[in-house]
Amino acid sequence: MTMKIPYYPGCTLNTVAKGFDATAREAALKIGFEMEELKLWNCCGATFPLTPDNLIALSAPAKVLSNARKEGDTVTTLCSVCYNVLKRTNKVIKDDKEKRGVINGFIDSEYDGSLSVLHYLEVLRDKIGFARLKEAVKRPLKGIKAATYYGCMLLRPFEDIGIDDAEKPTIFENMLSALGATPVDFPNKIECCGAHLAMNNTDVVEKLSGNVMTSAVDNGAELIVTSCPLCQYNLEKSQKRLIEERPGYTGVPVVYFTQVLGLAIGADINTLGFEKNEYSIMPLLHRKGIVAGED
Amino acid sequence: MPRIGVFVCQCGNNIAATVDTKKVAEEMAKLPGVVYTTDYKFMCSSPGQEMLKKAIIDNKLDGVIVSACSPHMHEKTFRKASEAAGLNPYRCEITNIREQCSWVHHDKTKKTGTIKSTDLTRMVIERLKRNRPLTKIKIPVRKKALVIGGGIAGIQAALDIAEGGREVILVEKEPSIGGNMARLSETFPTMDCSQCILTPKMVEAELNERITLYTYSEVEKVDGYIGNFTVQIRKKARYVDEALCTGCGECIEKCPFKAESQFEVGLTKRKIIYTPFPQSVPNVPVIDAPNCPKIQKDKCGACAIVCGPKCIDFKQQDRIETVDVGAIIVATGYQNMANERFGEYGYGRIKDVISGMQFERLASSSGPTGGEIRRPSDGKIPKSVVFIQCVGSRDEKKGVSYCSKVCCMYTAKHTMLYSHKVHDGQSYVFYMDIRSGGKRYEEFVRKAIEHDHAMYLRGRVSRVYEKDGKVIVQGADTLSGSQVEIEADMVVLATAIVSRDGADTLAQKLGIGYDKYRFYNEYHPKLKPVETVTAGIFLAGTCMGPMDIPESVAQGSAAASKALALFSADEMTRKPVTALVNRATCNACWDCLTACPYTAIEREDVRNRQGETIRWLARVNEGVCQGCGVCVAACRSKSIDLRGYTDEQVFAAINAF
Ligand SMILES: Cc1cc2nc3c(=O)[nH]c(=O)nc-3n(C[C@H](O)[C@H](O)[C@H](O)COP(=O)(O)OP(=O)(O)OC[C@H]3O[C@@H](n4cnc5c(N)ncnc54)[C@H](O)[C@@H]3O)c2cc1C
Ligand code: SF4
Ligand code: SF4
Repeated sequence: MTMKIPYYPGCTLNTVAKGFDATAREAALKIGFEMEELKLWNCCGATFPLTPDNLIALSAPAKVLSNARKEGDTVTTLCSVCYNVLKRTNKVIKDDKEKRGVINGFIDSEYDGSLSVLHYLEVLRDKIGFARLKEAVKRPLKGIKAATYYGCMLLRPFEDIGIDDAEKPTIFENMLSALGATPVDFPNKIECCGAHLAMNNTDVVEKLSGNVMTSAVDNGAELIVTSCPLCQYNLEKSQKRLIEERPGYTGVPVVYFTQVLGLAIGADINTLGFEKNEYSIMPLLHRKGIVAGED
Repeated sequence: MPRIGVFVCQCGNNIAATVDTKKVAEEMAKLPGVVYTTDYKFMCSSPGQEMLKKAIIDNKLDGVIVSACSPHMHEKTFRKASEAAGLNPYRCEITNIREQCSWVHHDKTKKTGTIKSTDLTRMVIERLKRNRPLTKIKIPVRKKALVIGGGIAGIQAALDIAEGGREVILVEKEPSIGGNMARLSETFPTMDCSQCILTPKMVEAELNERITLYTYSEVEKVDGYIGNFTVQIRKKARYVDEALCTGCGECIEKCPFKAESQFEVGLTKRKIIYTPFPQSVPNVPVIDAPNCPKIQKDKCGACAIVCGPKCIDFKQQDRIETVDVGAIIVATGYQNMANERFGEYGYGRIKDVISGMQFERLASSSGPTGGEIRRPSDGKIPKSVVFIQCVGSRDEKKGVSYCSKVCCMYTAKHTMLYSHKVHDGQSYVFYMDIRSGGKRYEEFVRKAIEHDHAMYLRGRVSRVYEKDGKVIVQGADTLSGSQVEIEADMVVLATAIVSRDGADTLAQKLGIGYDKYRFYNEYHPKLKPVETVTAGIFLAGTCMGPMDIPESVAQGSAAASKALALFSADEMTRKPVTALVNRATCNACWDCLTACPYTAIEREDVRNRQGETIRWLARVNEGVCQGCGVCVAACRSKSIDLRGYTDEQVFAAINAF
């Protein structure tokens, strides 16, 4: 029987980042587990719950957790922000009795923090194992120099999140190696992309994301792989300036890790949502002979 | 009928302001067994003590009570006076009517204070009636000390004890004594060459006939108590006979294999048979067994062939030796936190990111570069160096909460050494605060900034990475409020000072306390700074927490003087307030043994005439017992009593309330 994993998609993956969601589900099935969407879920509140003193903001994620607990003892997410919010809220509820009382009173539940909040990458690493993943690969990403961009939410604050070493993480690289790609190390891989400032302070985002892109490209990246819809958006948008400034630079594709995961384990190329990426991955795949065709 | 005298002290106005001392004395006179009472202005003054003595003699008193300040203050004084008048000193008791009464009650009518003082004194009278005369415990003292750890603190302690005429055993786990100081280049604040001031002391320790060195050795087991410790020392196999070796170094010369040098903090390699550094004491090599092909798979053996006096023995085994000593000084020092812990600084990934200790070796004339500052990756002279302070220190989340105390100073020293050696170089220092408390320390840092042009930037570094042969340092300068990026050639980390691996295991062997960072606890941070809770065991140097060389040396001497004081008499006397087991009721459940924090409880075999064990009993080792009374509370069969505070006495006092 295939292992079923309770899955919290979150709003972004249900709307603008649908491809992220679909590819993850499809890849899971191919690897041998099933992402079973929670029966009842609501928005996690995105960045609002991250202030330490505003308990009311924690009620939305607490509700997600409380409902998820009724369906199992783990919940898996894909979006870095959802992951961050749910994991930190869960920790508050688990460790702080007083706050737990207040929050539960508010959402009318008795949730105790006993759920373990997982990221899809953790499922791959800890439940499936990268060795097994490697065996499942049908279309190795041979020769692709891929830069892994972690951003902030997947790693920090390290004492709450703890998915990997916050300063020199390797989980992403290890996954890419399993898929046959060559991970590219670059100094900005855990630097902030500018996040929500994309709404009102685009200069900052352009600068920060621009730095990330420059640093990745300078280190030889042909592809950027990320796990966060917002990072994906910012990194794509910031390339306009680079194209203007750098002669010969035509943009580098920025994709979700689930897209390359699907690609490597042999999913139908047309279901992977590559057409939604601003800079297409196709020429690269053709060049490397991974997918037949020409630029 | 007992003949008790009660003396109520006014302590000037300290007590008399809220207690009617005369009334207390009068009330006490009414009690059975009390034959003499009085109050007086200052009982502890000479006339006060004389009055006490005279009253004891004139009234043939067999017990006295002084109602005055806390027994911590003058119990000794009054017991001495009583003894002088022929009374057993433990028949003198103190009632605390100052700290626990007059000072805490503000009733100017004196009503509350007087009632409470009367109650308290009456309680002590009842307790005193059941006091048995006690005699001081006398313990013989072995006048020989053991010093564990041969860094500067331990060496200093050993030399001072030897100077004081007593024998010392100095145990050092490395092949040479010297500790961390042997690695340093020059030392703040006077910039004397570390080796030049250390090696004479090392040689002195080797030559002094009262000092026995056990290098490449560790303490295996400690038994006994103050004045009478028995210690097992493991002499690790050196594979070289210390008695025969002449230190010619032929073997080292001929050894064809190399391994990383711990002494050079990984900057270079040393032979498999080696001495850690040229001035090692003793100058006897040791074979690094795990890396020696002869020992591992019987291949090579070159060293044994060239050795003239034939002192190499590949079959040598560890040996355990037992020594008897009267005092132990622990001076096991510190190590630096692992630099790899801080991924953001790139240590271990980027060759030109080094630790402060590695910088010491680069700057040292006996180091791998002969004292030239050359960076590890390509041996080039770095033209710009970034120093990062507080790496792991003052960082509760990723490191330790405390300040490592010496890194501000040695970083300033590093910038000076650098500017003296690389005239066109520029140093940058990222700091949180500059902590340079100490004689001439602030001036030293100012000199680094003003004279040697170190550029101090107040802020943290967020990331260090390599780019085109440079080490890029990104950080914040909080004083100008800007982000800075420095293209450096080399980065030096001032990593936190932490306790040694295994510090906790050693503490458990010794029965001394340590804090959550595994630094050893002093008995009292101000008034007993080198003592431990275990009598006869003293501390010195950085095993207690970060400190510099002057402090470590001062502590080494302080610990030595404590040991010498202990050795000044053939016997030492101890307060007889110790636990006593009732042999008739003890059922050997060993609750007391687990409860005792000083390991003072022993298992005693009771044997029949055939010599067979018929039962066990708990026995209190009076040399070790501190009279804390924990075992009394733990004993379920009520078989332990504390002398001077027996259950009978305590209940009598309570009933008298
Ligand atoms: C980079 C750097 C630069 C510094 N520069 C200066 C300076 O310029 N001026 C200054 O005043 N201070 C300086 N210091 C501080 C100085 O190093 C210490 O104050 C001093 O070395 C402490 O001496 P110690 O004897 O307490 O400890 P250590 O030098 O650590 O000696 C302890 C000894 O005990 C041994 N040992 C440990 N455990 C055991 C065991 N279980 N059994 C037997 N032996 C054991 C060790 O091998 C070692 O030999 C500097 C420190 C650092 C890190
Ligand atoms: S036997 Fe071991 S120590 Fe001796 S020379 Fe060979 S490798 Fe070196
Ligand atoms: S001495 Fe200076 S550098 Fe070291 S921890 Fe204290 S403040 Fe930081």
